[in-house]
Amino acid sequence: MPQVTLTVNGKQHTVEVENRTLLVELLREKLGLTGTHVGCDTSQCGACVVHVDGVSAKSCTMLALQADGTAVTTIEGIAAADGTLHPMQEMFREHHALQCGFCTPGMVMSAIDLVNSHPGGLTEKQIREGLEGNLCRCTGYHNIVKAIAAAWPLMHGKAVAAE
Amino acid sequence: MPFEGIGASVRRKEDARFISGRGNYTDDINRPGQLHAYLRRADRPHARINGIDTAAAAKAPGVVAVFTGADMAADNIGGLPCGWQIHNKDGSPMAEPPHPVLAVGKVRHVGDPVAVVIAETKQAAKDAAEAIVIDYQDLPAVASLRDAIAPGAALVHDEVPGNICYDWHIGDKAAVDAAFAKAAKVVKLDLLNNRLIPNAMEPRAALGDYDANSGDFTLYTTSQNPHVIRLLMGAFVLHIPENKLRVVAPDVGGGFGSKIYHYAEEAIVTWAAGKVRRPVKWTAERTESFMSDAHGRDHDSSAEMALDADGNFLALRISTLANMGGYLSTFAPCIPTYLYATLLAGVYKTPVIYCEVKAVFTNTVPVDAYRGAGRPEATFLLERLVDACAYDTGMDRVAIRRKNFIPADAFPYQTPVALQYDSGNYQATLDACLKAADHAGFEARRSAAAAKGKLRGIGMSTYLEACGIAPSAVVGSLGARAGLYEVANVKVHPTGSVTVYTGTHSHGQGHETTLAQLVCSQLGVPMDQVDIVHGDTAKIPFGMGTYGSRSLAVGGSAMVKAMDKIVTKGKKIAAHLMEASVDDIEFADGKFTVAGTDKSKTLTDISLAAYVPHNYPIEELEPGLDETSFYDPKNFTVPGGCHIAEIEIDKDTGVVEVINFVAVDDVGRVINPMIVEGQVQGGVAQGIGQALLENAVYDQGGQLLSGSMMDYTMPRAD
Repeated sequence: MPQVTLTVNGKQHTVEVENRTLLVELLREKLGLTGTHVGCDTSQCGACVVHVDGVSAKSCTMLALQADGTAVTTIEGIAAADGTLHPMQEMFREHHALQCGFCTPGMVMSAIDLVNSHPGGLTEKQIREGLEGNLCRCTGYHNIVKAIAAAWPLMHGKAVAAE
Repeated sequence: MPFEGIGASVRRKEDARFISGRGNYTDDINRPGQLHAYLRRADRPHARINGIDTAAAAKAPGVVAVFTGADMAADNIGGLPCGWQIHNKDGSPMAEPPHPVLAVGKVRHVGDPVAVVIAETKQAAKDAAEAIVIDYQDLPAVASLRDAIAPGAALVHDEVPGNICYDWHIGDKAAVDAAFAKAAKVVKLDLLNNRLIPNAMEPRAALGDYDANSGDFTLYTTSQNPHVIRLLMGAFVLHIPENKLRVVAPDVGGGFGSKIYHYAEEAIVTWAAGKVRRPVKWTAERTESFMSDAHGRDHDSSAEMALDADGNFLALRISTLANMGGYLSTFAPCIPTYLYATLLAGVYKTPVIYCEVKAVFTNTVPVDAYRGAGRPEATFLLERLVDACAYDTGMDRVAIRRKNFIPADAFPYQTPVALQYDSGNYQATLDACLKAADHAGFEARRSAAAAKGKLRGIGMSTYLEACGIAPSAVVGSLGARAGLYEVANVKVHPTGSVTVYTGTHSHGQGHETTLAQLVCSQLGVPMDQVDIVHGDTAKIPFGMGTYGSRSLAVGGSAMVKAMDKIVTKGKKIAAHLMEASVDDIEFADGKFTVAGTDKSKTLTDISLAAYVPHNYPIEELEPGLDETSFYDPKNFTVPGGCHIAEIEIDKDTGVVEVINFVAVDDVGRVINPMIVEGQVQGGVAQGIGQALLENAVYDQGGQLLSGSMMDYTMPRAD
């Protein structure tokens, strides 16, 4: 079986995978990082979003082999080493942006990339369009949008935990 | 301490794990030696099974076992039971055809499970399932209600004539007919309530485990009601007594009704774990969810309102066809009857109502409760009919509603369709909604929109729902095969912290927070010293689970009763410790006080004495501070309100934009406003989804066309 070497949340792993193994299967089943979820099989729901080399990616739509040599960050890896939550995590809790919690990891990872990639500002419309790839069935998105808007100044105004 | 009691928007306790990726959903659980199940499902809607050849699959790499319906029959495994029996107009029971766990003889909808492969990996199981050869003889299929009841239609179940599961009615037909005969005006409306696919974000999953030493089975499953699953699966399907079967529903990623029911896969993995003596896990792919999770709605109705010359409603007559799908799901029969027709009075004082409902089998996925379950179907039909009455009579639609509302001083109000409403004030919720939506200013906004080339419209709905399901004796008399009380066990530990074991289940509702706030209010214990435990039959005395807006009304009431017992016992201990009369002990804010004195004991003083009973009224009282209550409600609760939506349609593209949506809901006493608002926002989004986007489509031959998230459109953030 082929091997993949990648860094996940700052720690390097070398893992044997099948050619067809998906990145999300590697994360969940080989590394036990079950925070990343699988909500569909057509790349629609975004529950599986992680960061690959700092950019959001649907880990159900990427082969593990494609992640060879990359640095992957999952929901388990965004809080500071001392456990201090990432501002996006804090704002999701503060603004009640989650209910069942299943879409939340992918939503948070997408939202962080969205804020990072808009250093000049982020309108409500941009947030709503930026979440095009993530489905939530519980919240109606209203509070998710609020949480992301509230996280923007925290992430751009002061130093945040580096990935 | 900060105010954490009833009425505080406390941030949720459960969020800490969910925002950190530490949730514990069923598919996150793995057991040593675990195998994986993959189901071979019917790819056609209706066919006779002439044979199943599993030989190649059984020899495929990594395969441990392959099972079919014949294997389950040989083990005397029962069919999936239906939890509600409806009776026909003539008093005879509904048709209740068998629902085998794995198909026997025929398949009846695309997605019907036929065989299961158990293998070392999910991929190996999936590969091997492809190698199963099923010899099908295709049969004509019926997918729509109208096709299924047409003369000569193909029969979904050979023993059910005309595909009619039941032909039921409620109300006084003679009185309704008489009122129609003398009506000044009759307004008619035919209406479809389209079929929906729930799509909770977490796909269903089940993990069965068997301990050969003890003979104990454990099922981890994505359920809204683990005790109900234990009861149904243990008693009717696998014949495992309750003491040998534990059902755990850990974190569950949304339900909306679809995770109430006992599904085939739960029985398959539990039974298979016993057969192969290793844990067996199944997790749905989303494609499987579309064709195996119970769908919602799917009604085809004709409604008529009789009015007098002043616009007063005289009588309502409704005939509804309700789609059951290929088999009866757990609570399917009660949805278009006791959760639908009994709501048809709505907020109106219509004196007489008659409704008949024919439930119909089709070659489609079973239909059961989904988000409101029957009650939204009733509201949609009634409110559309009331709008039609306004148009047809030329009356203002607000005025015709006001004229026909049940007055605020008429409660308790007995409807002509069985329910008795305890309270309500529909003028007040209407007024509040009209004001918040600036209904009066709409015409000006419409003109402004027209100038921009947009069509602007405003829609309104008043409503009520029967919630707090349900008084056991009442539902029992209506055909329920279960009680619908709720259970709470409240343990005050020796050092004063509290654990509550509740029979309700949280799959997004935030019970770990809301129920802890209830403890905070009742016992004065800070929230960080309160744990709410749900979802495990090994820990919780019993429970009926979460659906039908019952967790707080019924489950919360059980908690309050248990906490009342704690306080009553605590007073006796306090009286002993402070050498006072029990009658003089008062309890407030976590303290037992001798009335009129400054002598007091904290709850912790009392709990310590209860568990270390050195100085204790041991002759009169047992040690410990641990109480359980079973609470059976006396009636439903009947919240109601008014919603107004204002939209714009782009004339050129047809794109609809929701400009404003105002919801005024009289939900009673609010424990956590933040959570309640969140629930309403989510419900509104799903409602907009049904109105504008979502639709389950079968072709005439019974193939599900909207079978993926690429085809079934759900609301997104934009």
